Amino acid sequence: MIDWTNANILPWLIPVPPLIAFALIFLVTNRSWWLTVITALTGTILSWGLAAAVFLRAVGAPILGLYAPEHFGPNAFGSQVPWMATGATQFNVGVLVDPLTVIMLFMVPLAILMIMLYSVGYMYHDPRRERFFGYMTLFAGAMLTLVVADNLLLLFIGWEIMGFCSYSLIGFWFEKESAYKAGVKAFMTTRVADVIMLLGIAYLFAETGTLNFRDIFFNEEMLHQLATTPALLFGGAFSAAGLIGVFLVVGTIGKSAQFPLHVWLPDAMEGPTPVSAMIHAAAMVSAGVYMVIRMYPLLEAGADPHHGIYSPPLMLMAYIGAFTALFAAVIAISQNDIKRVLAYSTISQLGYMVAALGIGAYVAAAFHLITHGIFKALLFMSSGAVIHGMEHGEHHAHEHGHHPHNVFEDEGKPFDPQDMRNMGGLKDRIPVTWWAFLAGGMSLAGFPLFTAGFWSKDEILAESWNLGLGGEGFGPAIFVFILLVVGAFLTAFYTTRQLALTFAGEPRTEAAEHASLGGPSSLVSIFMQGPLIVLGVLALITGYAGVHPSFPVFGPIFSPGGNPFHDFVAETLMHHPPVSDFNLVFTLVLMLVPLAGIGLGWLMYARKPLAAGQEDPGKVALDAISPAIWRWMENKFYVDELYDWAFVRPSYWVSETLVSQIIDRGVIDGTLHFIARAGVFTGELFKRFNRVVIDGVGDGIPQGIGLFSRWFRFIQSGNVQQYMLMVALSAIVLGIVVFWNLIR
Amino acid sequence: MDSPFPVLSIITLTPVAGALLILLLPRTAKQEARLIAAAATGFSLLLALLVYANYDVAFANSAQSVREMFQFQESTSWVAALGINYHLGVDGISAPMVLLTGLASFAGVLISWGIDDRPREFMAFFLLLVAGVYGVFVAMDLFVLFFFYELAIFPMYLLIATWGWKDLREYASMKLTLYILVGSVIALIGVLAMYFVAGDATGTYSFDMVHMLEVSAMPNSPFDMEIFGIDGLTFARAWFPFIFLGFGVLAGVFPFHNWSPDGHVAAPTAVSMIHAGVLMKLGAYSALRVGVQLLPDGARVHLPWIVFLTLINVVYGAFIAMRQRDFKYVIGFSSVSHMGLVSMGWATMNVFGMTGAGLQMFSHGAMTALFFSCVGMVYDRAHTRDIPSLGGFRKVMPWVAFAFVLGGLVSMGMPGLSGFVAEFPIFMGLWNASPTIALHIGGWSLMNYYAIIAIVGVLGIIVTAAYVLRVVQQVFFGEFDQEHYGHLSDVTVLDKAALAMLSLSLIILGVWPSVMAPMVESGVRPIAQLLLGGV
Repeated sequence: MIDWTNANILPWLIPVPPLIAFALIFLVTNRSWWLTVITALTGTILSWGLAAAVFLRAVGAPILGLYAPEHFGPNAFGSQVPWMATGATQFNVGVLVDPLTVIMLFMVPLAILMIMLYSVGYMYHDPRRERFFGYMTLFAGAMLTLVVADNLLLLFIGWEIMGFCSYSLIGFWFEKESAYKAGVKAFMTTRVADVIMLLGIAYLFAETGTLNFRDIFFNEEMLHQLATTPALLFGGAFSAAGLIGVFLVVGTIGKSAQFPLHVWLPDAMEGPTPVSAMIHAAAMVSAGVYMVIRMYPLLEAGADPHHGIYSPPLMLMAYIGAFTALFAAVIAISQNDIKRVLAYSTISQLGYMVAALGIGAYVAAAFHLITHGIFKALLFMSSGAVIHGMEHGEHHAHEHGHHPHNVFEDEGKPFDPQDMRNMGGLKDRIPVTWWAFLAGGMSLAGFPLFTAGFWSKDEILAESWNLGLGGEGFGPAIFVFILLVVGAFLTAFYTTRQLALTFAGEPRTEAAEHASLGGPSSLVSIFMQGPLIVLGVLALITGYAGVHPSFPVFGPIFSPGGNPFHDFVAETLMHHPPVSDFNLVFTLVLMLVPLAGIGLGWLMYARKPLAAGQEDPGKVALDAISPAIWRWMENKFYVDELYDWAFVRPSYWVSETLVSQIIDRGVIDGTLHFIARAGVFTGELFKRFNRVVIDGVGDGIPQGIGLFSRWFRFIQSGNVQQYMLMVALSAIVLGIVVFWNLIR
Repeated sequence: MDSPFPVLSIITLTPVAGALLILLLPRTAKQEARLIAAAATGFSLLLALLVYANYDVAFANSAQSVREMFQFQESTSWVAALGINYHLGVDGISAPMVLLTGLASFAGVLISWGIDDRPREFMAFFLLLVAGVYGVFVAMDLFVLFFFYELAIFPMYLLIATWGWKDLREYASMKLTLYILVGSVIALIGVLAMYFVAGDATGTYSFDMVHMLEVSAMPNSPFDMEIFGIDGLTFARAWFPFIFLGFGVLAGVFPFHNWSPDGHVAAPTAVSMIHAGVLMKLGAYSALRVGVQLLPDGARVHLPWIVFLTLINVVYGAFIAMRQRDFKYVIGFSSVSHMGLVSMGWATMNVFGMTGAGLQMFSHGAMTALFFSCVGMVYDRAHTRDIPSLGGFRKVMPWVAFAFVLGGLVSMGMPGLSGFVAEFPIFMGLWNASPTIALHIGGWSLMNYYAIIAIVGVLGIIVTAAYVLRVVQQVFFGEFDQEHYGHLSDVTVLDKAALAMLSLSLIILGVWPSVMAPMVESGVRPIAQLLLGGV
């Protein structure tokens, strides 16, 4: 009998309830809304409860009589079963709960639960809401599988199932062409990265014979060997570990929407808002960063970023991440769609994590992953509430009996409930949402001391400072620091712009005037706002888990015995990463960066809120330099157009013209038809030859005989006189012959 | 391992008996003909399952000789003077293929229930075709193998030419038959050469594969003797490409693939299913069984360049599929692409890659049978296969939409489904093979390029996702043309049963690969050992 209370076995159960819920919803309950909701929520709550149980076992809860295990890192929970058990190669799958998993088990199930509750309200009016919950539960199950997986293959399975779900969910309103296309785009873009990642996995397995995290990461000899063996390709520049690492990082670049594969994420906003929250916060994009954090020992093999030695995957992450963080922040400034701003901010924040990992700030990357997951889920759900309120207002303003989602249909120039230029003044109309959005936004902006985002972002910046300009002077760290600081300023600026455009001032349209969530007692309002409150509180306080011990006032309160988050997560690695030094002056200066961004945003957008029809002050300011700047920003630097021109069209050309028509129908079939025609021609030739020469001879003989006989036939005329004449002539001839003989 | 009754013979001959019985029926007995066909294929399927379930993997892994490794063997002398034995048996590679044939043929009969034009003849020919396919997979004698191989092609021609799509059937059936016939004749000549060379050297003239294997494994094997006095050119090296590619024609190896899309499109649905689902595997299977296994030295020399052909298959087929307007051509070319992965797996010459290829044969077989049945069900009702004019069909036939999406996910290698279980080992095999395999042409040699093959090969998988999504969107989602298709009915219960059967096998293999992977591995391991012998 399996002991399910054993912490080594318990993690198996975490992904199971949502998966069962998925099966039940698709097979049984899909006709009943409330049964579907109950099934989905039961599944999610159960897995949240299980995750909480595992979490408490790992971190310890003395009140409940649970004490944290000694040396949890090396003695993590886990167990395995054989999956492809064969004679020689035994492939096991299993679960692993080590410190990194534990912190994910705090954030992911909670965010999923909140999103599910919220979806009950958000999707209440949708005709296909049951199906929606089906996909969402599958998505949740896949994400939890990924989190508890103890090997790269199982992780990849969860990873890909999420890819499929995100395709289905982004294109959930598939009647709308742009939605379906966005789904396909998301799937295809991440797919490109995924197959490259798969190559990396295959290579890793071919090289080591295992994909189990622990077997690889806690095996110094194997890591050393991977780091010193030249790679199969580009063996001069890469070690095996380096090439595998680069392949895996490419997977993350796709999944976590890093430049240049970021293009799918803004379009993914076509999906229902809970989907955006799921993809952008709890699940998919976090999974990308989680994977590289998980694989860090391999990516770092043979290098030591704390002493200035970088491996190719680390360099790639540092540069790509830092560049993406800034690039996306610049674009976010110019976007008017409330969800697109958040989408670009997500890309940018993920860039922070990737860059942090690239310079070796392992714990800081993990920390930011958790806080970002929470405040970004909050922001998306708040924006969904805003959109819902706007749709409600639009509905109210035009009593056509419109279905809320019909506003999407292209009838002339439809009203866009997501366009911030149509909003304004929502602060007083949907106050709970406003406070939630404010908490999330300030956390994103990194408002000092009182938001979670500040503590995690500060840790990343501090580490990059210490390793770069502030001390060691390593090139990548300097690069990362400069870009991220500028990015932090811009983040604070565009977040303030967004808050001001949405909530401040007077309503700019009638829809905004009437925006509402249906009153505090409506079911929709309760289900949508409840989660906002929970996450809003967490978005402010989660950061106190990782305060630097030397931080004045806060350090002694929250970290009396050392930074708890750092000390806990550091155990994941065989060699614990060092705690970075604390520099008070630097920290104080750094606090000014978000404050400056918020201040500038306030000056430009909040002090005198935008009036209806007024030009964006940011655009006005930049147009003074050159109109091209804003245009390029607004058009996202034309990356989509570039891809269309560089990849999509050529591949269509290759497939349609080159391969299909020229080679396949032209050359191959052409050759074949040529052979066939040559065969037919040869046949024809033989036929003629046959007729003229062979038939000439063959037919000539019978024809000759026939001709002769036809000629000869006249003697058989049946005419007696003629016979007599013949007899007479013959007699004469015979007579002459005989006579001739006689006279000789 | 022996069975109490000649199970393989019964599997193979039941369809023949069914065909004969059907031909004895009066012309009007349409329903009876269908029932007999279903009974015959169903009975074979059950026995195939029995064989599959009773195949002893541990026994195969511990077998000391090839003769022992094959299970359910039967052997009777057939034409003693020529050394022809009626020798049947299955190993870990062919047992899944027998099961696949059972699945595809039974499903094929179920979805052909609606054929009303001479169903008696149709079913009879179909059963003969199925018998031929079974025969090849269980044959352990080369003569028997060829006998069934040709037996499969003959009814194929008639089925396509008579019941096929009017616009293309004559061209396509001719093209297909000629291609395959020419390929098989080339392979046959090679096999005859083997027969004589082996016979001359040992004094025993026999078509028996075990005998050939023993000859091949002898020290100073006659297959390794130099011929024509050319340095380095042995019998095996000279004949391998002919035998491999001769059979490879049926597996759709580039540039001999072009019979397949036309043939698949022209064929009636059930025939497409058998054709793409099983018949193409005959080619890949025979290429391995006869080519690689009997002439391993030739394989070592030639597969390193043949792998380029398979790479072209994978990428090229996918690209063509992306821009087809005709629904069925998309699937036709996707088969070209996916069968390339099978040959690519053989070309890795290691256990990983070849196991993957064996799994891919099963996975692709069930998947493409599912695909073609979906296409057929849409076409039978909409009477067009023009992708842009279809749309929104998930409304009228949700089962078909589900099955097609599932097949699509399998074909793009989604984990949790059989396609991934097959493709992942193939790519692993490519990486693994990379440092050990080199290509030498004259003085020029190429090292370590299997890794590049792997990298370029994944392009095919990406493009696969593109064309699958395109079809899914345009046919099953997208705008529904109420006026044209509003009256369409959903598929029948039998259709659903066929879809469910095939879908289920894809899911089971994907979730729990242990049901098949160890078996395939037990079959490919001895072959891989032969290949690594000379590295």
